[in-house]
Amino acid sequence: MIYFDNSATTKPSQEVLDSFLTVSETYYGNASSAHQFGLDADKLLRKSHQQAGQIMNVEPTEIIFTSGGTEGNNLAIKGVALAYQKRGKHIITTTIEHPSVLSACQALEELGFNVTYLPVNQSGVVEVESVKEALQADTILVSIMHVNNELGTIQPIKEIGELLKNRPTTYFHVDDIQGFGKISLDLKRSYVDLCSISGHKIHGLKGTGLLYVKEGIRLFPLFHGGGQQTDKRSGTENLAGIVSLVRAMRLITEQKLHHPEYLDHLNQQLRQRLQEIPEVVINTPEGQAPHILNFSIPAYKPEVVLHALEENHIFVSTKSACSSKRTDESAVLRAIQLPRERTTSALRVSFSFQNTDGEIELFVRVLKRIIKELSKVMG
Amino acid sequence: MDTIYLDHAATTPIHPEVIKTMSEVMEESFGNPSSIHGFGRHARALLDESRRYLARSIGADEKEVYFTSGGTEADNIALIGVAQANKNKGKHIITTQIEHHGILHAAEHLEAIGFEVTYLPVDAYGQVDIEMFKKHLREDTILVSIMMINNETGAIQPIKQIATLLESHQAYFHTDAVQAYGLKPINVTDLGVDLMSITAHKFNGPKGVGFLYAKQGVKFTALSHGGAQERLKRAGTENLPAIVGMKRAIEVIEENNYLNFERYKQYNEQFYTQLKAACEFVVNGQYDNQSPTILNVSFPNTNVESLLMNLDLEGVAASSGSACTAGSLQSSHVLVAMYGADDPRTQNSIRFSFGLANNQDQMIEAATRVARVVNRLTKK
Repeated sequence: MIYFDNSATTKPSQEVLDSFLTVSETYYGNASSAHQFGLDADKLLRKSHQQAGQIMNVEPTEIIFTSGGTEGNNLAIKGVALAYQKRGKHIITTTIEHPSVLSACQALEELGFNVTYLPVNQSGVVEVESVKEALQADTILVSIMHVNNELGTIQPIKEIGELLKNRPTTYFHVDDIQGFGKISLDLKRSYVDLCSISGHKIHGLKGTGLLYVKEGIRLFPLFHGGGQQTDKRSGTENLAGIVSLVRAMRLITEQKLHHPEYLDHLNQQLRQRLQEIPEVVINTPEGQAPHILNFSIPAYKPEVVLHALEENHIFVSTKSACSSKRTDESAVLRAIQLPRERTTSALRVSFSFQNTDGEIELFVRVLKRIIKELSKVMG
Repeated sequence: MDTIYLDHAATTPIHPEVIKTMSEVMEESFGNPSSIHGFGRHARALLDESRRYLARSIGADEKEVYFTSGGTEADNIALIGVAQANKNKGKHIITTQIEHHGILHAAEHLEAIGFEVTYLPVDAYGQVDIEMFKKHLREDTILVSIMMINNETGAIQPIKQIATLLESHQAYFHTDAVQAYGLKPINVTDLGVDLMSITAHKFNGPKGVGFLYAKQGVKFTALSHGGAQERLKRAGTENLPAIVGMKRAIEVIEENNYLNFERYKQYNEQFYTQLKAACEFVVNGQYDNQSPTILNVSFPNTNVESLLMNLDLEGVAASSGSACTAGSLQSSHVLVAMYGADDPRTQNSIRFSFGLANNQDQMIEAATRVARVVNRLTKK
């Protein structure tokens, strides 16, 4: 079995499962309770804040644990917009964001906010200059993803951060769900104010995630209730999930530290081998995120190729899982102005540290065979 | 000395069967239910199966179950989502003074954005008065939200009677059943509610997962936006292991024919009888007419802070109110609603709640420890 769909979700690692189970069994108290069970749970919760803060090089109090990436993105965007709407109602984002960012922005438009959706260039990268031009006196938020989930393109977060650093009334949110653990992002040096992470993309568990919120930033909460997590996110803390998330963050950070070139190596291997197949066009430009490679096989229906691969126990994706129920065209590939024959025939391979050279070799061989067989059928 | 856990209304231990099921799902079924390949389809099948099971457990259709991250999120979607989607029909909402903060603070938010909210008072037993409800129901009421069982006193609210009164009224009826689900079978059609919130960690499931029942046709807007999950009402990759864990938790209860209800009732009675013989207290509410898992009592001439501290030292984990407000040590808003702010009972009451972490032997020991603390603190 070859699992090449790690941008949709990853297999939780054994250590993560172990932490989850241990905490579930041993520390079941409600972290808000005043007795020993609660205090023990609270101690573990504080430790998790501390460790997550350490890994991200921020303060423990700047971490808000969420139910995942979508909640993190929604909380960041709506939270800032609703808390600071008196300052202004303008928001800047891009056309290639994840649906959770785009839909949150659209929801805000219904409430009277103005949103600028910046285009990207043909490499799938937003130009810093275009952010600069879009800025208005009443821009309260810029939300730009670090790594695009379909193409793997890296956005110039640091440069955008530099651009915004002297604008105290414009906050900068980065969706780092695809980038965390694979490509470093120095939150402080990039002047990032808010940053979302999801557990299940880094061999953690579904239903876990966090939002970094820089000290002093107010958020209008998505949920009102018991006032947990400094009133920014009410609801009994999912302690076992939280501890397992921090474990997953640490594991992937260590892996990256010890094998910094590994994903790049896999990417180069696959890129080279795919270039040998005349029917294949690679969509992801060189020099982008190492764990995502998007390519098209024009004239071949991606679902057919996907299922043929699946019969050989190889799992890839046609596009983002969250939008895979929608039209047959990838909005992200359309945004970089690829011809329709490519936007409707794309496949995405996404790696994790668990994948190997051998798997790439096997994948390419099977893909070649599938193309040959399908071309016969197509006559 | 083992600490005895008498705070199951705050949260419950996960059932070992649930842990087993969850670890199987985490290891073997990690796919994203929205992926179209085999891993995704397998995950989707598990998700659908869990949804069907949970829907059936309340007599609902699978299309009427929306998974959330817990009770607070479900309550917020019910209140804010319904209010926003139905404001053309009116701006009046009825709830009670004794709801969980997930409801009360969502209601306050709605007031801040132009809705009008009536907070019904309760009687000295912590119950909502039907006549009072009738008096406040208006033509432009769009939503009524009343909890099924109060989390602090265990008082059972007249949900069915209120549902009957609303049968031919435009208002949707939401109930927060967080403390009730799992004790006795609930059937939403018999009960007559339109929306109902559930959270798994109150019935030996995991934290971070729950669901909202919303009858087909009920209009409500989403709180979070993104992928098309949960019929566009709750975006985000589904938390599959937790959802399957929640299903397993209710399955265990059903397999056991809800006998846990009887067992917890016995624990409560044993504890109560033993305590009655050993120290002085009065029950907040009606002992015979409330949830058997919750016993809230007032110890005259004591103070809640020193009670809690001493109970903790003595090895009894109990609570002064809902865990979510316990940290603040403010007077319980529920007891204030029952007795008024100046009543000493708002300052000397403790909630004991029974469940899976308990056994019969513990009850006698726990009552002995509690009595020891109370008698020490009240010694003249």
